[in-house]
Amino acid sequence: MAERPHLNLIANAEQKMLAETARKLVEEKAPVERLRELRKPEHPKGFSRSLYSEMAELGWTALLIPEAYDGLGLGLFDLVGVLESLGRELAPEPLLTSALLGAYPILEGESEALRQRFLPGIASGDAIVTLAYEEEGLRDYYERPSASITAYNAGYVLNGTKIQVADALVADAFVVTCRSAATDSLAMVLVEANSDGVSIERQYRVDSRVVGIVRFENVDVAEDEVLSLEAVPLFNKTLNRAAVGLSAEMLGAAEKAFEDTIAYLKERVQFDVPIGSFQALQHRAATLYCELELLRSSVYAAAAAADQAEEAFPRLAALAKARANETFLHVAKEAIQMHGGIGMTDECDIGFYLKRAQAAAWSLGNTSYHRRRWAELNGY
Amino acid sequence: MSELESFRMEVREFLEANAPRSLRGTSPSGPFDGYWGGKKHPPVDPDVLKWRDVCYERGFTAPTWPKEYGGAGLSRKHAAVLYEEMRALGLPRPVVGFGFAMIGPTLLEFGNEEQKHEHLPKIARGEIRWCQGYSEPNAGSDLANVQMKAERDGDEFIVNGQKTWTSHADKSDWIFCLVRTSQEDRKQRGITFLLVDMESEGVSVRNIDLISGSSPFCETFFENVRVPVRNVVGQIGDGWTVGKALLQHERSNIGSSIGRQPGSGQRELVEKARHHLYWDGKRLEDAVMREKIAALGMEEEAFQLTLDRVAQKAQAGGNPGAESSILKVVATELKQARYELGQEIAGAAGLGWTGPGFSESDLEFTREWLRSRANTIEGGSSEIQRNIIAKRVLGLPDAK
Ligand SMILES: Cc1cc2nc3c(=O)[nH]c(=O)nc-3n(C[C@H](O)[C@H](O)[C@H](O)COP(=O)(O)OP(=O)(O)OC[C@H]3O[C@@H](n4cnc5c(N)ncnc54)[C@H](O)[C@@H]3O)c2cc1C
Repeated sequence: MAERPHLNLIANAEQKMLAETARKLVEEKAPVERLRELRKPEHPKGFSRSLYSEMAELGWTALLIPEAYDGLGLGLFDLVGVLESLGRELAPEPLLTSALLGAYPILEGESEALRQRFLPGIASGDAIVTLAYEEEGLRDYYERPSASITAYNAGYVLNGTKIQVADALVADAFVVTCRSAATDSLAMVLVEANSDGVSIERQYRVDSRVVGIVRFENVDVAEDEVLSLEAVPLFNKTLNRAAVGLSAEMLGAAEKAFEDTIAYLKERVQFDVPIGSFQALQHRAATLYCELELLRSSVYAAAAAADQAEEAFPRLAALAKARANETFLHVAKEAIQMHGGIGMTDECDIGFYLKRAQAAAWSLGNTSYHRRRWAELNGY
Repeated sequence: MSELESFRMEVREFLEANAPRSLRGTSPSGPFDGYWGGKKHPPVDPDVLKWRDVCYERGFTAPTWPKEYGGAGLSRKHAAVLYEEMRALGLPRPVVGFGFAMIGPTLLEFGNEEQKHEHLPKIARGEIRWCQGYSEPNAGSDLANVQMKAERDGDEFIVNGQKTWTSHADKSDWIFCLVRTSQEDRKQRGITFLLVDMESEGVSVRNIDLISGSSPFCETFFENVRVPVRNVVGQIGDGWTVGKALLQHERSNIGSSIGRQPGSGQRELVEKARHHLYWDGKRLEDAVMREKIAALGMEEEAFQLTLDRVAQKAQAGGNPGAESSILKVVATELKQARYELGQEIAGAAGLGWTGPGFSESDLEFTREWLRSRANTIEGGSSEIQRNIIAKRVLGLPDAK
């Protein structure tokens, strides 16, 4: 079984400042109640582009991009603090989408042309690239999509349909997982959103995020738009990185739902006393607190491993996401229970957290998926 | 090379030259896992004593204690390096027990010079073994309800009453007690923290069997036991302050002793599963069990990482703070979960009490499984820990 590396789990002064700035900005400009507006059909993007530009100006979109491509060349630990802050208010701005899901496979893929074409734009916030990997009925067999590419002229053609693609309506380009007919293996290619044969339809999801069905019909893919034809390692690395980013958002969200619930326990009076004086509720709150601390350690460790000890990273990424799934869901359900009837109303913000918890738990690997990976990586 | 790194090199050299071969790779080290010492200790492997002696020479049995009391005066950071290096070689801590983990640190904080000089070096050498006289028949979770009486008579107290659940009282030389020296308006007042020599006239001990079949537990009776007043730690009547501080040491030690063996639960369960379930050469065929083991292994890792994070925060000079309050409850419930799952894997093979037809390791595991039920009771039950988290950390109000 695997060795444990030494990981630094405490943020340094710059990292703390970055997370603090993010927290203030999000509290001020992106309170969770915004989602009631953003989820409406007449709001085509589901987030605020101007706020996203502000985030880009603060450098968040550039954090992980190397300096050679106009980025800041920092690590996942830096980004995780920012994502945690965004998560607190369930801010849907596509930072995780573009800075991780889109940028990472381009950065680690085989096409220098794509790096030069997209990374500077992602870093500046002008371009948004997303990952299209979900398909109907695929469950978590991500390595066996039905979408496929076949050789055609000097390049390939792509056919297939992806669903629940994050930020599909605003994306400038999609990184698409597909089967390569030639190698009979997973492949990853990049397709621009305005290419011939690409059509996009909005989906309305329980968590108010704007996602979409993306259909690819005989879409041309040039040789230099191929990220990998033997893409299992690239996909796994991308999934792991993004799963840790999502876990950080989930940590922030769970933390905020918990804080709001504790505040409610102190304020709501029944039987002439605050309900927080009931031991049945106190103990459950204490249990949630323990779970949150364990989640925090797991997320920070995974991010630290990405920056400091790559060999331990896949294991710790699986740990972070599995625990984020469980903990966020547990916190969100208990939060509603402890709010009583008001917690069931659309008017109360706490419900947004349960909806997001469910959606996040089924993105980038569910609990069972990550447990299986953990078992494999530990040799059983 | 940083000062800390050169210290690490120094430690490596020391261990290389001095740690007995026979002890290497034997034990994951924790504060309750090794040589407990004391005058009544049954004969041990001479290497264990040799190991203790070479460490004591350097102050390494109690590395953070000042040199004048038998320690090495190391910072927590340096001590952590020492333990890391011991762990890397699979060496046990040279001296463990309630003296080292509980009364020692408490004396350092509250004891007077005379007490520190008298007791600490003997603890550091493992000469004197200590037990804990807190619980009484009517003072468990409600510890401040202690009734064992100590009446002043000149330079002495006359002690009468009973302690219970006193672990290892039969093997201990001294006992630290909470006794009542006066009745006050609040029961937390009028308690005194008193050190008693078990050889004093009037102290007697009776063993109690546990459900796991062993009997580490005792009732300890005090009949007109004379104890010098100079054995009071802290102020007379203010023993609650001292007693609570000791509980902090006890709980964090229980927490960390479980966490000090990273991945050991998962390893043990996988081993058990390979033995009792179908193994296809590469992995466990039973997908449900496989997932359960993974979930436990993950929780174990998350807990270990939390210990690391708390330690790093403390080393960085920050307050160990709120996070450390969860260690006892998480550690003990995790340990129970591991034994429950082990029993689930073993199935009927885990039902044995003694041979024939049961393997040694299954028999031992079953006893450990039973023993683990105590983890969430001893040292402050899980319910009490959750009360503490709810009130002190989350700031939830008291019941009316
Ligand atoms: C293996 C073992 C070793 C021990 N070793 C020692 C030792 O060396 N020295 C020593 O002094 N003591 C020792 N103890 C005693 C231990 O500290 C007590 O058992 C413990 O404090 C609980 O007290 P109790 O047994 O009286 O249970 P009780 O206090 O009667 O508790 C019974 C149940 O009620 C619950 N309960 C009590 N109060 C509350 C509350 N306010 N809110 C919610 N639930 C509550 C408890 O959690 C428990 O579930 C040991 C115990 C065990 C099991």
